[in-house]
Amino acid sequence: MNIIQHVANLLIRSVFHADPASWPWTWLVQAVVIGIAAFLAFAFVAIFAGPVSWIERRIAGRIQSRIGPNRVGPQGVLQWLADGVKCWLKEDLVPAAADRPLFLAAPYLVFTGMFGAFVVLPFGAQVVAADLNVGILYLLAITSLVVVGLLMAGWGSNSKWALFGGVRSAAQLVSYEVPSAFSLLCVVLLAGTLSTQGIVAAQGGWPWDWFIFRNPFMFAAFFLYFTAAIAEGNRTPFDLPEAESEIVAGYNIEYSGMRFLFFLFAEWANIWIMAAISAFAFLGGWQIPGIAPEQIAATKGWEFVGWQALSWTIFLVKATFLVFVVIQIRWTLPRLRVDQLMITCWKYLVPLSMLMVLGVLVLLALVPEGGGADTILRGAMVGLGLAVVLVSALRVRRTFRVDREHYREMEGRDLWYPPYRLP
Amino acid sequence: MTASAVPVLLVLLVAVLFAALFLVLSYWLGPRRRDPLKESPYECGIPARGTVQIRFFVRFFLVALFFLIFDLEAVFLYPWVLVFRSSLESGAAAFALGEMGVFLAILVTGFVYVWRKGGLEWQ
Repeated sequence: MNIIQHVANLLIRSVFHADPASWPWTWLVQAVVIGIAAFLAFAFVAIFAGPVSWIERRIAGRIQSRIGPNRVGPQGVLQWLADGVKCWLKEDLVPAAADRPLFLAAPYLVFTGMFGAFVVLPFGAQVVAADLNVGILYLLAITSLVVVGLLMAGWGSNSKWALFGGVRSAAQLVSYEVPSAFSLLCVVLLAGTLSTQGIVAAQGGWPWDWFIFRNPFMFAAFFLYFTAAIAEGNRTPFDLPEAESEIVAGYNIEYSGMRFLFFLFAEWANIWIMAAISAFAFLGGWQIPGIAPEQIAATKGWEFVGWQALSWTIFLVKATFLVFVVIQIRWTLPRLRVDQLMITCWKYLVPLSMLMVLGVLVLLALVPEGGGADTILRGAMVGLGLAVVLVSALRVRRTFRVDREHYREMEGRDLWYPPYRLP
Repeated sequence: MTASAVPVLLVLLVAVLFAALFLVLSYWLGPRRRDPLKESPYECGIPARGTVQIRFFVRFFLVALFFLIFDLEAVFLYPWVLVFRSSLESGAAAFALGEMGVFLAILVTGFVYVWRKGGLEWQ
């Protein structure tokens, strides 16, 4: 039983003193509870998106040797609020030449497509708005709605830049959808279910139970998916639809005020959704090490709430970590060219992801789960994962050191400040 | 299935309502000063020239076709993958693999053909 039915039944019992099974208005109460849950999800995205956008700008400033927003509030933490209010108070402009219905409807589609994905994201052990049995297919379908919205925006704006941007982002999004669909296919192959909660339940809390460390092909599939997801989120190095040096701003060029903000918001939330999908499909989702989901479901009262909160926290930490990886990639790598972008997808990612599916299939048939070979494979993959994390951590540390030496050489004094202390 | 579709529809409804609420609010809060220059399409500050219905690269059309074929292929694989686990247990894995192998071989042949024909180049 998921948490929504749980809460609805509790409400019916305590407030209306009726039996949820026979009461005629049960569906209405459930609907209201789902509505509130949707509102909470929205609030979560909005509140989460704001501060992280500020953090991203501070990180960007640091990487580019400048300060970044630090005026609104202490250290500039309220910058996102100021930006939001500013966009709200701006004029809602519709170009005279625009195709009005298309132009006005596009932000709704983009927003709904992004928001609809939250329905099936498994936030915690029992926390999911709807555990659809076609979860992954639904995710692929609903996020495609964004493409339609972008094309509508590009075409409806009746501006050359917007048209270029719209066509480019449509081509990019649909291209990268193929490798991401194939990579998720590997996950479905291992889990044997399309339901998002089922996929998390098929993994475990410890790293060697995660799908990413199951075998070498899954390890590669994770990176393929992550690359494709960054491209689908229109982030650098794949942010050609909004390459400012080539087509000014892309599909959203004619938009202003709140409508513009919706595009930005959807783009940002998209990153978060992609990170969340990677976290639950490959990195074990909300699974707590050492305790099985059934044990959590069997607990009562505050203990249940505690386990729920812990599982939620684990999931959020994993997803947020991936968001930070995306941010770091964005400000480190240069942008690709259009032809490179398309070739990367069709000549490398698509065949590779097909091969990964094949590899997982073969290993599934040859290596029985729980056997000696399986254990060795998992152990080796966890070791490899640890090595990747260690090497990147050491590289970051070395970069910081080199950075500091550079400052000292150039300025003759310490201008460098540690990453946890911002100017 | 219909029961689990209800929350999805509700959440989508909430999303549309939210978007509408925010946009209506911004419509009230924001100023409205119409100006023909402001409402003209943006072309880097120069008056717009020509029609917007420009010709664009035919490759975009090709990409859309490839997407249709290969994404459908991936979506067709999803139900098969679900059945594969059970056929693995019942010992019919070779049959399931062979069937999907034929389907995939046709598609891979198409992929190789497109590649050899230069359909994936972007020049």
